[in-house]
Amino acid sequence: MTNDVLKVTIERSADVPDVFEVPAFESQTVLDVVSWIQQNADPTLSYRFACRVGMCGSCAMMVNGVPRWTCRTHINKVLDGNEITIGPLRNLPVIKDLAVDMDPFFDKWVSAEGVHHGTLTRVDPIAPVDEDSAARVEANAGIECINCSVCYAACDTVTGNPEYLGPAALQRAWTLLNDAKDEGRVAILDAVSGSGGCHNCHSMGSCTAYCPNDLDPMSAIAGLKRETAKSFFKRGR
Amino acid sequence: MLNLRLYMLQRITAILMAPLVLGHLAVMIYAIQGGLSAAEVLSRTQGSFLWLLFYGTFAVAVAIHGAIGLRAIVHEWGGLKGVALDVFMWVVGFSLFTLGARAVWAVTFAKGLGA
Repeated sequence: MTNDVLKVTIERSADVPDVFEVPAFESQTVLDVVSWIQQNADPTLSYRFACRVGMCGSCAMMVNGVPRWTCRTHINKVLDGNEITIGPLRNLPVIKDLAVDMDPFFDKWVSAEGVHHGTLTRVDPIAPVDEDSAARVEANAGIECINCSVCYAACDTVTGNPEYLGPAALQRAWTLLNDAKDEGRVAILDAVSGSGGCHNCHSMGSCTAYCPNDLDPMSAIAGLKRETAKSFFKRGR
Repeated sequence: MLNLRLYMLQRITAILMAPLVLGHLAVMIYAIQGGLSAAEVLSRTQGSFLWLLFYGTFAVAVAIHGAIGLRAIVHEWGGLKGVALDVFMWVVGFSLFTLGARAVWAVTFAKGLGA
């Protein structure tokens, strides 16, 4: 880095974007830059973060037009010259500045039956899980989702079709469908077969391309399409 | 916007159309050898149950497949939704079927040119 000042454009919800000059440090993340602005230049800037180590999924923002987890994105990786543009996540209503309302995103997890469907009580023995079974391997592939909504913001199908459940919710449905401890198979298949379900996915793959944890929601959705198609021939729905 | 039933209808009609398209292309290449005339085409199709079945199935599959595909496009790119979206899909499907069925009927049963 030869420049010692970064030109940071913040796309605040209303009118014109704000431009800030932020000192460049040897090692800083996009979140550090936003925090510097809030702490030193404009205390009214609203944004959201918690863990700062890529676990909580609350700091995702659009960085130069691309959704990223800002706490784990080194500024040097995304700078365009010495400039950077940061905006609120796409596909979600903006509350203020860089903070979006995540309710639609989480509501869709529930709509996709992304909840535990248990049948055992606390007195029953714990259901055995075969770590090597094909179903468990499928489930394991998707369980490290941190609910950051990067895939949801990246998805053009969500943009064009607000009813669509989106990659994260559908991936959770797929992990539960493959989970030996979950008994919600019929409920899940019905939930992902509705008008906002997995069949709206065009397999464009932005979810898989942008997932910060290198998960593959697109393949999970393809799995749901296969299972629902089998169910269509077996059950007629 | 697309539920399982519409998705399955579109996929099944796609599977149906794949061999029909190949058959149609093969016949086109075969039919134009030594020139193409309406009389030659009609001599093949008139009164033929097999060609009626072939192109009849094709017309039905195209109508269903195309209507569902256009439904997705006008919803995501045009913002059409609700009843209007359903009406659009049915109108497109019915129109495509009418165009196709009319042509299939004409080359199979109608009397006139070449008959």
